[in-house]
Amino acid sequence: MSIKSIALGATMFLTMMAGAAQAESISVFCGATDYDLCVKAADAWKAKTGNEAKINKMPALLDDAIPLYQQLLAAKSPDVDVLFLDVIWLGMFKNNLLDLKGKIPQADIDAHFKSTVGAGEINGELIAMPAYMDVGLMFYRKDLLEKYGKPEPKTWDELAATAKEIQDKERAAGNGDMWGYTWQAKSYEGLTCDAIELIASNGGGTIISDDGKVTIDNPEAAEAITRAKGWIGTITPEGVLNYDEEASRAVFEAGNSVFHRNWPYVWGTSQTAGGKIVGKVGMMPLPVGKEGQKSSGCLGPMYFGASKYTTHPELSAEFIAFITGPEMQKMRAVEGAYSPSISALYSDPDVLAKLPFLKDTAPAFADSAARPSGYTGTSYNRVSQAFYRAVHDMLSGEADVKADLTSLAAKLEKLKESR
Amino acid sequence: MSTRLARREHRAAWLFLTPLALVMLLVAVWPLSRTVFFAFTNAYLDDPTNYSMVGIDNFIEVLTDSGWWHVVRNTLVFTSISVAIETVLGLAIALLINEAIPGRGLVRAAILVPWAIPVVVATKIWDWMLNDQFGVINALIVGLGLSDHGIAWTANSSLIMGVVIFIDVWMTTPFMVLLILAGLQLLPGEIFEAAHVDGIPAWKRFWSITLPLLTPAIGVAVLFRALDALRMFDLAYVLSASNENIMTVSIYARDRLISYQELGVGSAAASCVFLLVAFVAILIIGVLRLDRSAGAA
Repeated sequence: MSIKSIALGATMFLTMMAGAAQAESISVFCGATDYDLCVKAADAWKAKTGNEAKINKMPALLDDAIPLYQQLLAAKSPDVDVLFLDVIWLGMFKNNLLDLKGKIPQADIDAHFKSTVGAGEINGELIAMPAYMDVGLMFYRKDLLEKYGKPEPKTWDELAATAKEIQDKERAAGNGDMWGYTWQAKSYEGLTCDAIELIASNGGGTIISDDGKVTIDNPEAAEAITRAKGWIGTITPEGVLNYDEEASRAVFEAGNSVFHRNWPYVWGTSQTAGGKIVGKVGMMPLPVGKEGQKSSGCLGPMYFGASKYTTHPELSAEFIAFITGPEMQKMRAVEGAYSPSISALYSDPDVLAKLPFLKDTAPAFADSAARPSGYTGTSYNRVSQAFYRAVHDMLSGEADVKADLTSLAAKLEKLKESR
Repeated sequence: MSTRLARREHRAAWLFLTPLALVMLLVAVWPLSRTVFFAFTNAYLDDPTNYSMVGIDNFIEVLTDSGWWHVVRNTLVFTSISVAIETVLGLAIALLINEAIPGRGLVRAAILVPWAIPVVVATKIWDWMLNDQFGVINALIVGLGLSDHGIAWTANSSLIMGVVIFIDVWMTTPFMVLLILAGLQLLPGEIFEAAHVDGIPAWKRFWSITLPLLTPAIGVAVLFRALDALRMFDLAYVLSASNENIMTVSIYARDRLISYQELGVGSAAASCVFLLVAFVAILIIGVLRLDRSAGAA
C-alpha cells in the first residue's frame, strides 16, 4: 500500500469523523399552537446543516410551561438546549439564559424590529431572539357589517353601538345565539392584555410606567373598565368572565359573534377550509377609547433563547439564528399567519399575498402597548396577577371601580420592585 | 430459647421494615424537611443554592396576607359543604345498594365510574357541559323553557364555588359509598333479625342500630375525604386557575412557589397547608373519637 493511499484513506476517515461529529442533535421547546411549523423548521435545518433539532411540544396553556422550565433550569439540566419564551418570562429566566451576543451575526439581529430585540436584551446581554410578533387585534364579520351598512368602528363606543345594533337585528331575524362582541376576561394573564388595551387606548397608561411609577389609579382607567363592564350581559355573554382565547374563539368561529378580540393566529384558524366564517372575516387594529388616543393592542412577541447549561452553545445559537431568520419567519407567516418580527418581510410580496392585513397590523405594532414586564422583571407575575384579579373583580362584582383602582395601586406599589 | 427466637423475629422484622423505612425517608421525610427548612430562608426558585436564614419572617408574611385567609376560607367552605353532601349521599346510596335488589352488582360497578375518571378529565368534561354557549346543560335548561338564555355557570362569581362543589360531589361520592358499604356489610345480621322480630319500625332500626354501629366506618370515610378536600388543587386549577373565588390553599402555595418563584414564602405557605390539614385531622379524630372506637372494635 502506497503512502499516498494511506494518506487518502486517513483523510477520508478524518472527514467522515468530522462529519459524524458535526451531525449533532439539540433539544428544542416549541409552543403547542405552532408545533407543526417548528417541526418543519427543524426539518429544513436538518436538510441544510445535517444537524438534528428534536422538538418538544409545550403545554397548551403557555404559562403551564413555567414550572417545567424552572425545574430544568434550577437543576442546571443539559437535557434541553433551546427554549421558547414569552416576552414576559424574560425577566424571570434572565439568569439562566445564554448570552447570544457575538454568537449570532449583528446584521441578523438588526433585521428585527428594534423594540422587539430590545426586550430580549437585559443588562447588556442578548438572552433571546424574537420569533414572531403577537399583538391584540380586532376581528369582525365583514359580511354582517356590509349587510347593515356599518363602517369599521374607530372608537370602543362606536364598536359597542354597532355590535348592539347588529346583534339585536340578527337575533330578531331568528339568529338567537348571536352576540355583539367576544373577548377574554377569565382571571388569567390574557385579561392583563385585554385590560391594558382598554385602558391604554383610553389614555390611562400601562399600569406601571417605564420609570416605575404606578399609574393605574386614574379616571381614564376607571372609565375604560366601567365601559367594559357595561358590555357584559348586553353585547358580550356573561361567560366571558371565564373565557380564554380558545373559548372565545369558539364562539366567534361558530359564527355567533360580530366582533372578536384575539391574536393574529385567529386569521389562520378562522379561514381553515370547512369553517363557518371562511371569507367573512375582516381584521383591524383595536379601536380607541377617545379621539386622539392610540389603538393599543397588547404586545406579546415570542422568543427563542438558549439555556445556559446547554452542552451545545454554538449549535443552539445557530439554530436560533435559523428559526428566527427571514426564511423561517416567512414560512411561518405564509403557512400559519404569524406576523414576522423582521421588518423587511412586511413588504415581501409572497407574505402580503397571503396576509393582506399585514400592512394594517404594522401600525398596530407601532401603537402597541407593552405590559410592564421590563420594569417589574422577576416580579412581573405577581404584579400581573394582582392586576388581573382586581380587574376580574371589578368586571364581575358590584364593587366601586374607582375605589378598587386606588387599593390596587397601593398593592402594586408594594409588589412592583424586581429583585 | 424463646427469647432468642423473639430476638431473631425482631431482627427479621427490622430487616423487612428497613427498605420501607428508607423509602419513606427518601420520598416523605426528606422532601418535607427540605420544605420546612426552606420556609425559614429567603431562597428563590431560580437559584435555590443562594439564600440566608430569615427566621419566621416568611410565616409572618403568609399569616398577615389577607389573600391567605381568603383562600383558607374558600378551602374550609369547599371542604365542609362538599364532604357533608358526599357523606349524606354516600350513606343513602350505600343503604340502597346494600339491599338485595336485582342487578346490584352492575349498579355497584357503575357507581364507581365517576371516581375512576381522572380529576382533570372530569373537570374538563363538566366545564364544557356547563359552557354558557355550547354546553349541554344549558341546552337542556333552555330547551325545557326554564330560562331563555344559557347560564354562565363558571363565570358568575357566586355560582363558581357551587360548580366546584358539585363536580367534587359527583366525582367522590362513589368513594364514600364504597367505604360506607364496606362498613354496612360488616354489621352483624342477628341484631337486625332480632329487631325485626321485635317489630321495631325501619327508621328506628336505622336510627338506633345501623347508624351507631356504622359511625366508625363513616368517621374514617369523612376523615379521608376531608383530608383529601383540604389539599384540593387540580379541580379548581383546571376550572379556573387564578380565580380568587375558588382558589384553595394549595393553589396559593403553588402561586407563591412557582409563579412568584418565592421558594421561601412558598415553602412557608406549604408548611401552613400541612399544619392546617394536620389540625383538621386531629380535630376530626378527636370529635368522632375514632381512636377510641377503633380500639373498641
